[in-house]
Amino acid sequence: MDGIDVLIAALRVVGVFALVLLATIINVWAERKIVADFQNRLGPMRAGPYGILQTLADAFKLMFKEAVIPRNVERLVYHAAPFLAVVPALLIAMNIPWGRPFTIGEREILLQGADLNVGLLFILACSSMAVYAVVLAGWSSGSKYPLLGGIRGTAQAISYEAAMGLALVSVVMFSATYPGAEGGTLSLAEIVERQAGTWGGIVPRWNIIPLIPAFVIFFIAAIAETNRAPFDLVEAEQELTGGYFTEYSGIRWAMFFLAEYINIFSMSALTATLFLGGWNGPTWDGVLPAWISAILPTVWLFLKTYVLVFIFFWIRATLPRFRYDQLMQLGWKRLIPGAVLWLILSTVVIGFRQFGAPWS
Amino acid sequence: MGLLGDLWKGLKVTGGEMIRTITGKRMLTKQYPYEFRDKPQRFHGRHVLNRYPDGMEKCIGCELCAGACPARCIYVRGADNPPDDPVSPGERYGFVYEINFLRCIFCALCVEACPTEAITMTHLFEFSFTNRDDAIFTKEELLMRPDGTVPHMFPDDPFANFEELQVADGWVRATAPSGYAEYEGVQMWQGTPGPGDWSPEPSQDERDA
Repeated sequence: MDGIDVLIAALRVVGVFALVLLATIINVWAERKIVADFQNRLGPMRAGPYGILQTLADAFKLMFKEAVIPRNVERLVYHAAPFLAVVPALLIAMNIPWGRPFTIGEREILLQGADLNVGLLFILACSSMAVYAVVLAGWSSGSKYPLLGGIRGTAQAISYEAAMGLALVSVVMFSATYPGAEGGTLSLAEIVERQAGTWGGIVPRWNIIPLIPAFVIFFIAAIAETNRAPFDLVEAEQELTGGYFTEYSGIRWAMFFLAEYINIFSMSALTATLFLGGWNGPTWDGVLPAWISAILPTVWLFLKTYVLVFIFFWIRATLPRFRYDQLMQLGWKRLIPGAVLWLILSTVVIGFRQFGAPWS
Repeated sequence: MGLLGDLWKGLKVTGGEMIRTITGKRMLTKQYPYEFRDKPQRFHGRHVLNRYPDGMEKCIGCELCAGACPARCIYVRGADNPPDDPVSPGERYGFVYEINFLRCIFCALCVEACPTEAITMTHLFEFSFTNRDDAIFTKEELLMRPDGTVPHMFPDDPFANFEELQVADGWVRATAPSGYAEYEGVQMWQGTPGPGDWSPEPSQDERDA
């Protein structure tokens, strides 16, 4: 590992960081525009063409706003909480393979912040970490509404984390059925590569086709993990006046906002990676110029990601917020038993296919 | 599949609305200073004092509008017409005519009371005053020019909509001097300020028949 490797690694990290921030800028605008479309409105129109600079304008406004700190906050925790929200969100994005690795000279360049062999586990850990931001922000604000938001955040995270993890186990197990694979894998790059090719030459070998129940459970849990409507009880503008970030203002509030939108984007990208084949897609190597073939996988991943982001917005524009007990009921009585059942079923089927029936 | 089925039902509703928005079938928001929402034909906006086609003022200074006004926002003083240079046909004309738009409730009772259709209402609704004196519109500001156009309060404003001022709302009684005999007792509709092509419209009874 020489200096160029270090430089490439640094560029990868900075690249993912820039990508995620750029996507956030677009997503905030896109959400406002798309939700406006669902409600027969125009959405932002004044800042730039079709209001595309609205997010930048908002960001600058928030940067120059006074950050009011209430008197009875727990100072250290209060200041740390916004960063606790943003850092795990960025770490999740770092692990997602954003495109097909390509080689320049003899160096192979991954389009990924880091290819961990326990990537999936790391992502689950990071998304669990994010709830600490909610809880600590709620607690340290020294105010009742943020505290209620924080308490809700804890309960919600615990109940949906479990369903999410259980849904992912079947993905890991299913990756073992790829021809020539030795066991399953937790590495996201590996999971994507094992979704390459097709079944019977027509149907893409994506995990969503055999694992659609896991996909549905995972996606619902992902919406809950990102605290998006209809699971936004943590924020709940109408009941909790903003929930855990009620006492935050200016750029500290913007950090929570940023974390939420990074999470939407990276959770969508993660869903696309795990279930929709990641960057797999036709690249027409040799037919098209090499650089287009190198970019196309990234384009496919972005297309899949934005379909999911659109569904996030669509659901947000459609569903009213769950009541607290309904949220618990959905999590514990439907999603977790469903995930467990699906896990048992897929384990049995995959076991039979891998090792044959025990009586044979 | 009850849960997901219900979800799909909801998504179809919002998705349909989105398609209607994108295809331009339904859009609630208007880009207001640039485009205007269609107003009802009989919208009650700012008043205008009309003239006859020959340039004579219609107002005869009778103060019936001031008497009819429930908000008492109209102040009129009539004066005798100079015999050699009459301002209006007849004996008297409106020497002072002021409307306080801070008091006006835009009920158009003054329009109904006017025997000569001197005062009608336009579609202009954009008022902005920085002090109470500006809210009192004098005769110079209300009176239309001899060419039929109406002075705007902010002629230099890039968003000033002069068309709104040319659309009038005026009930015209057939008993008025300019009414048509065959529409005796039937209300007519004046669509433009000042002398225009007044097309009489049927009464409620005729419409229902």
